[in-house]
Amino acid sequence: MMEDHSVNNLPAINLKRRSRPKESLIKGFLFFCGFFSIFITLAIVYELAKEALLFFQDPDVTLWGFLTGLTWQPKLGEFGVIPLVTATLLTTAIAMMVAIPLGLAVAIYLSEYASERVRGTIKPVMEVLAGIPTVVYGFFALTFITPVLRSIFGSDVVQIYNTASAGLAMGILILPLIASMTEDALSAVPRSLREAGYSLGATKLEVAVKIVVPAAISGISAAIILGISRAIGETMIVAIAAGAGPNLTLNPFEAAETMTGYMVRISGGDLSYDSIDYNSIFAIGLLLFIVTFILNLISQRIVLHFREVYE
Amino acid sequence: MNQNGKVEFNFSENLPTRHRTGGIWRSIFLAATLTGIVFLSILLLKIVNDSFGYIVVEYGIHPDALAVDGVPIWELPKEDLVLILQANVTPGRFRTLVKELPMEQRSLEDILAIINREVVEPKVAQTWTLFESIFQKQEIETYAAENYPEGELYFKAWINWDFITSPQSSDPLYAGIRTAILGSLWLMGVAILFALPMGLGAAIYLEEFASKNWLNGLIRTNINNLAGVPSIIYGILGLAVFVRALEPITSGAVSGNGVSSATLNGRTILSGGLTLGLLILPIIIINAQEALRAVPSSLREASYGVGATKWQTVWSHVLPSAIPGIMTGSILAFSRAFGETAPLVVIGASTYIVYDPTSVFSKFTALPIQIYQWTSRPQDEFRNLAAAAIIVLLLLLLTMNAVAIFVRNRYSRRV
Repeated sequence: MMEDHSVNNLPAINLKRRSRPKESLIKGFLFFCGFFSIFITLAIVYELAKEALLFFQDPDVTLWGFLTGLTWQPKLGEFGVIPLVTATLLTTAIAMMVAIPLGLAVAIYLSEYASERVRGTIKPVMEVLAGIPTVVYGFFALTFITPVLRSIFGSDVVQIYNTASAGLAMGILILPLIASMTEDALSAVPRSLREAGYSLGATKLEVAVKIVVPAAISGISAAIILGISRAIGETMIVAIAAGAGPNLTLNPFEAAETMTGYMVRISGGDLSYDSIDYNSIFAIGLLLFIVTFILNLISQRIVLHFREVYE
Repeated sequence: MNQNGKVEFNFSENLPTRHRTGGIWRSIFLAATLTGIVFLSILLLKIVNDSFGYIVVEYGIHPDALAVDGVPIWELPKEDLVLILQANVTPGRFRTLVKELPMEQRSLEDILAIINREVVEPKVAQTWTLFESIFQKQEIETYAAENYPEGELYFKAWINWDFITSPQSSDPLYAGIRTAILGSLWLMGVAILFALPMGLGAAIYLEEFASKNWLNGLIRTNINNLAGVPSIIYGILGLAVFVRALEPITSGAVSGNGVSSATLNGRTILSGGLTLGLLILPIIIINAQEALRAVPSSLREASYGVGATKWQTVWSHVLPSAIPGIMTGSILAFSRAFGETAPLVVIGASTYIVYDPTSVFSKFTALPIQIYQWTSRPQDEFRNLAAAAIIVLLLLLLTMNAVAIFVRNRYSRRV
């Protein structure tokens, strides 16, 4: 029997899968990091729900009364969240009245009209506006926008703290968010659609408004929904400029406390744990969390859908 | 139909109108775009405008009146100052001061500060903005002379070196932001130590290791959603978990590091930093994921080709080329945390802190909190302080962003 021994004489190389304990350890840690985000969400839901439950167990509080009551007077045992919600919706509405038209116009200009150079100037300005801390916007609202409003409409009409100035400042804050998301959506519209429009003799405006915007409408609505969610959760501007004390009003020149403003005021003071005040900020926080979470989910779903169409 | 048998349309009939409409809307879009620049300019002008200007200060006793033989008090020896102090405060007050610390042991600066606080008693009577100070100088001088004959009118830059280096004070003339800046830096340190490794780990897991199953899909969706949760929600999470539930740990009681046992509670730098860390974790993950995704897959294939394991590939090839992107994204996330106010207010950052923070278990204040506090005061001079603090905050943020842009430009060529 003649065999080629040269192969067998080589040192054996084991090509079998080796167990690598260090590798699995690292992988385990990485998985833990990834999973940690789920843990954060669960912690948020658990803590909010736990404290909110304590709030609803108070004999003065009922869920129905909380959601539909028209007065929020913890000292008198009245816990109706409607005034806080109304103020939140009022500031949000004012903010969106500023941010949606301006944001859309900026996005259309940047994506359809602007030269590379103009875009290079405007985009950093938008980024700076988006990066300014909200407490600075609050300062601006209280010390600039409010005096301007008071000199236009009269200081007997416009109170020192009012939802209008907070809403306007919030609109400026949200403008870059809507503008940049909308611009992304517009730029994702294929060039062929525009060319087709031009070949039919459409003007630039007609192509932009009648072809590009409708094609990008899902991305634009996602941007708007995200903007609304951001406005509802915005805190410092309303805490500084919109005033303290719940007030059921639709007059934008009156002071009215929003949900977030209430949470800041109560927790900023000396509050004792296990008091009804302490528990109430968790109940309001839970409401805020649910609303913004749903809005964010909707916005994300729309973005995913619109990605599938164009990629 | 003309003689050639072709149909003739009159395209030019409504063309001018359409072009005009197009032109008008184009100007409207441009105007809207410019409003962004206009807003930003007004905002910055307003802040600068409030940071400088004339002020009128009224004194209990004018410092000139305390001068001995024409020598101003800040040039007098210590013994003379003690005599001045003794002569101008009540005997009871002087005894209290001596009981606190004998005059011999006090420094010259300390005694000067006491004289300033208790004898000179400067008070800001009125302030003017920068524009008023420049364009209505005459009127201001006349007004001040009429209304504050005893007061002293001078031009004050609210933002100056003393403002940055002095600790907090309830007196607007001497208030500074040193403790606030240090508090913010400590918070950032804790947030970075916590959020950077966690965020990077999560991003590597999701981009390099995770297979496509429902759990990883859930994690992805969840991270995107967390990025949109209002910051105040993180604040009340921090309040419930770090300040309350983990109080023994975050107050330093367990490790025996509590700064002062009398005031031990969970409202410490550790709680604040961890809360901010949670807040920016999703942003860091999303940014790092994008940086990792930008690394070409050929790099990974080459590494696998020579027999590297998954982790060896990630550690030696993917991470080095993704680092600039990860750093840029992370710096931007931290600059977001630096300006964040609401969560810190909610977890109960103290607003009056005179001493520098010494450990993660110290009570703290932060720059944005300080701005919020001063803005909410009705007096004008605190608005001036808020404006000056905003300038410092914006400059710090600008520096962070400049570093991020520098990193991006400097290293992006190699990727």
